Amino acid sequence: MVAVRESLPGRRIDWARIGLHVGCLAALLVMLYPLAWLIATSFKPADEVISSLRLLPSRLAMNNYTTALEGVGGVSVLRLIGNSLIISTGAVLGNVISCSLAAYAFARLRFTLRGPLFALMLATIMLPQHAVLIPQYIVFNQLGMVNTFWPLVLPKFLATDAFFVFLTVQFMRGIPKELDEAATLDGCGPFRTFFRIILPLSRPALITTAIFTFIWTWNDFFLQLIYLFEPEKFTITLALRSFVDTSSQSAYGPMFAMSVIALLPIVLFFMAFQRFLVEGMASSGVKG
Amino acid sequence: MNVEAPDQQVSPPRGRPDSESAAADSATRRNRPRRREGAAWVFLSPWLLGAAVLTLTPMLVSLYLSFTQYDLFTAPEWVGLDNYVHMFTSDPRYWRSAMNTLIYVLVAVPLQLAVALAVALALNSIGRGKGFYRSAFYAPSLLGASMSIALVWRALFNDGGTVDDLLSTFGFDMGGWVNQPGWALLVVALLTIWQFGAPMVIFLAGLQQVPHELYEAAEVDGAGRMRRFLSVTLPMLSPVLFFNLVLQTIQAFQVFTPAFTVSGGRGGPADSTLFYTLYLYDRGFTASHMGYASAMAWVLLVVIGIVTALLFRSARSWVFYNDKG
Repeated sequence: MVAVRESLPGRRIDWARIGLHVGCLAALLVMLYPLAWLIATSFKPADEVISSLRLLPSRLAMNNYTTALEGVGGVSVLRLIGNSLIISTGAVLGNVISCSLAAYAFARLRFTLRGPLFALMLATIMLPQHAVLIPQYIVFNQLGMVNTFWPLVLPKFLATDAFFVFLTVQFMRGIPKELDEAATLDGCGPFRTFFRIILPLSRPALITTAIFTFIWTWNDFFLQLIYLFEPEKFTITLALRSFVDTSSQSAYGPMFAMSVIALLPIVLFFMAFQRFLVEGMASSGVKG
Repeated sequence: MNVEAPDQQVSPPRGRPDSESAAADSATRRNRPRRREGAAWVFLSPWLLGAAVLTLTPMLVSLYLSFTQYDLFTAPEWVGLDNYVHMFTSDPRYWRSAMNTLIYVLVAVPLQLAVALAVALALNSIGRGKGFYRSAFYAPSLLGASMSIALVWRALFNDGGTVDDLLSTFGFDMGGWVNQPGWALLVVALLTIWQFGAPMVIFLAGLQQVPHELYEAAEVDGAGRMRRFLSVTLPMLSPVLFFNLVLQTIQAFQVFTPAFTVSGGRGGPADSTLFYTLYLYDRGFTASHMGYASAMAWVLLVVIGIVTALLFRSARSWVFYNDKG
């Protein structure tokens, strides 16, 4: 039991705290229900899907997964996942490289126009992507890049996700100034100071950027919907789209099996890096 | 959120007693100003290129296109204010999508933040198990943006889905929430509220920064639980609340995936989940009215700009910055 005695005299049970635990656990049960339902349904045989009040299937129907593995429109799930992986990995590389470079300039170097440019960078965090969407589409269309992965990856190498520049700036400001002063005295230029000192010390910020970029790119639907139209180029998210129009419940099993497959990398990432994720999120909103 | 230019913290502290290091500092500045300046532009070049080519120029082009009729294949044809006039005076679907989005922002954002704050307050005083709860409540924020969860949501609230069934046993026979024009929007809002974990984590981090002495002082002054919350917690948390409010509002205006999925890709039933971005996609990429879609995008940009500016303006009267007092 969680009867805590810290500041309380005697052995009084802290009912308020127990109440909090009960409340939180109840809330968690409700919140995690959709996930449990998703997993359970992905194993349900077709005739049990409709009577959905019972969570657990009476027998495990693996055929949902064998159907899902075949993929959509003649493209196998492996191919779909491969496409998602290429795009997400490319986006991660692009964001980590370009955002840390820009962040170093803003956080550590002095140059004319730094104030106005920093303000501009912050303003672009709030810019809705739709305001630049159509001209970007026209440019990529003219470059013959529509229906390739380039429009989804290339912008990341140009630090267009200003949120991560901001996050990394906040982090780099926290690194003691004395370290790069010492490096300067030892004759290190800004490049060596960046690669030898600031970059290794910024690892938490870089990891946060990498994980968030991966998960957001993997989950992204809008840009993929616009830029990819050949089934061979589809990502797993885009393949799920083919189920959006289906209202027949017979497709439920395979649809949710594929949904589970699509969520798997995110869940694995979350379990592996949840400490970084939660702290990375927290540090973005609190004064650095 | 700290939105000032980083000068304050990066500039060498004035009047530092450590004269040796101050001298070294100014020596460095005297010896290598050019090299530093050049280096800064090298580090900045990817971002500069991106800002110029992928952000600022497209914004201007988008503004130009909003005064044209353009289908991507033939040259844009200048039509002046036609797109805007049509949008505001004779396109009921446009107004529908704008109203839907507005209602959604007004419902989902305050509720999501209220739940996030309530849970953060509970976790802040829960003691053992806090780390576990924090991660568990945060998980939906990462998963919820996916198509997979949007599909689950549609199934749960569909006719015969679990939520629908559950409510029928209590006598509310809805025949599926996603099929009812009055309720489908709420299903999308619920999905957003379900993802309260991200703002909650930020609230929690903010709560940890509230100095304990303030509570003790308040308690000495005889302040009760509610009084302490209103007079200590809320003011100290106001910068974080403001940050969450701005971020979530801007995001809510742009919601797309759940609306697309819950509505079967078309904004149904009866356009009740036709969100702004969904209609923008429909005009631009399904109907090939790129000029009209650009005009829609610019109105969205202006509206988000105005709302953000109003939030920042209102912040003067309710956001309390401890370090500037």
